[in-house]
Amino acid sequence: MLSLQHISVSFPGFQLRDISFDVAGGEYFILLGESGAGKSLLLETIAGLNKQQSGTITLSGKDITHEKIQQRCIGLVFQDHAVFPHLSVKENIVYPLKHKHFSAEEKASRIQPVIETLQIGHLIHRRPPTLSGGELQRVALARALVQQPQVLLLDEPLASIDSKLKSDLRALLRQINRMGQTIIHVTHDFDEAVSLADRIAIIDKGSIVQTGTPHEVFSNPVNGFVAHFAGIRNFFKVRIEKQPGHITVFPHEKVPVVLNQETDAEEGFLLIRNEDILISEENFESSALNNFKGIVEDVYPLRYGMEVVVNIGIPLHVQVSRESAEKLRLVAGKPVWTHFKASSARLICG
Amino acid sequence: MRSPFQLTITLASALILLFIIAPLVGMFVATSPVELFDTAKDAEVQQSIKLTIWVSLAATVIFSLAAIPFAFLLARKKFPLKSIVTGIIDLPIVIPHSAAGIAILGFVSRNSVLGKAGSAIGLDFVGHPAGIAVAMAFVSLPFLINSARDGFAGVPERLEKAALTLGASPSRVFFSVSLPLAWRNIASGLILMFARGMSEFGAVIMVAYHPMISPVLIYERFGAFGLKYARPVSVLFILISLAVFVALRLLSRRQEPKTAGHA
Repeated sequence: MLSLQHISVSFPGFQLRDISFDVAGGEYFILLGESGAGKSLLLETIAGLNKQQSGTITLSGKDITHEKIQQRCIGLVFQDHAVFPHLSVKENIVYPLKHKHFSAEEKASRIQPVIETLQIGHLIHRRPPTLSGGELQRVALARALVQQPQVLLLDEPLASIDSKLKSDLRALLRQINRMGQTIIHVTHDFDEAVSLADRIAIIDKGSIVQTGTPHEVFSNPVNGFVAHFAGIRNFFKVRIEKQPGHITVFPHEKVPVVLNQETDAEEGFLLIRNEDILISEENFESSALNNFKGIVEDVYPLRYGMEVVVNIGIPLHVQVSRESAEKLRLVAGKPVWTHFKASSARLICG
Repeated sequence: MRSPFQLTITLASALILLFIIAPLVGMFVATSPVELFDTAKDAEVQQSIKLTIWVSLAATVIFSLAAIPFAFLLARKKFPLKSIVTGIIDLPIVIPHSAAGIAILGFVSRNSVLGKAGSAIGLDFVGHPAGIAVAMAFVSLPFLINSARDGFAGVPERLEKAALTLGASPSRVFFSVSLPLAWRNIASGLILMFARGMSEFGAVIMVAYHPMISPVLIYERFGAFGLKYARPVSVLFILISLAVFVALRLLSRRQEPKTAGHA
């Protein structure tokens, strides 16, 4: 459906570099990245509002790299809606159909289903300055959808909406996607990405760093940035030493971690989920091959339980229950032991 | 109890207001209704007021056709030497208007390119309403351009981008989004340009003493007959200018797009 190949865009002080990805028809594709990563710039480039220095964009097999914005068949909903304040809601929604030689019946046949889907029939005579953020977002979506775009681009559509409306709007976006609408949605919100995406691309400093399904991306993060997005705190670059039957990796020269994996690589990344690590006051015999003494550096509450940071030469983040934290009297400065199995730690190479 | 600072501000404001109002009130008080009535019946006065209004109006409308797009360009585009161009726009405000009149006279005189082109179609700018319009526009254009530029600059660019993605051509974006949203400033600029054009004397007198616009007629009455005869014409012209000014303000407010802010 939509294919970006080696797109590069330069702006003073910022660059999008060699962006390539494909989005299939009917797919919900999410571009996930922090503020300033270049997400909105990329959307505007796809829409034709920015000129790329190199690369090609094809839509349904047609090269639209140099196509006029008006001819691209791509809808864009801006983060702050960009609903025209001097026009009524109805005039906003009809705007894309004016000067397009549509009969009154054709206009009605495009507008009515969109108004019904977005449930904004009661708003059509209102002026935008009187609408709430959620209502404005629905109007902006309706205005983009009446064009029947081949691809709908959404720039942080849930960013300025309160949490109750967010879940309603998420459901609405899923519904629009299920009706066959291809969507590219940019966000900085991990939960939003996981709940909506068929596939995700992670964008960092103007480059796509990883693409895949949410499961693929977050279970195999290619670097610390992606791991951080997935909420994985224990993600370390390691040197690898091979031994018969297992490997030992070194996130720090004095921290040898044993893994049940094989690899020919000499370097990689070590990933340990914080819920897979145990804390004890004394060392004890167990099946865990990785046992390290450390000092508690920090203890802070999470929504469920507590996060404990133990310095074992590297900062190890461990998730424990409140009861365990109280029982072990975990406070900063306390010496403790940490334990995790070789099978709990995972090595990611390349 | 007001602080000394607040009292000082209030006093300063009152003095400035008095400075503006006192001469006008004095002139109104010194003019009897009979004098005013007789002046209003004076054909030469009527003629000059009509001429002043319609020539200023024509100058405003004609020059706005290019000035408004120019203001849009200044608000939206970056180009080399933009700050110099912006400075040039303000030149007519800072140079003496009699000097501006001399410059315009050279520009539209019979020997100039424009003068010769005008003569070829039977139009002589010097001593002609067309020349008066050029002089009025020269000194009043900055008011329109600056006001319209501020108006366009206040329109969020993303609204124009949104319109482009909704299939609108750049010209449709201009007329359906930028212009309506900048209308408040543009209308204000148009009114200011019109009012400033009506009140122009220095530049106009160099280009066309005749036909006489009201400021020139006031000057002539004062020179030939003295203050007593110039005053009723001045009062009448001020009253009519005020009436037109207020009417235009009301009209522009009524036609303003109903916005409470930009989304």
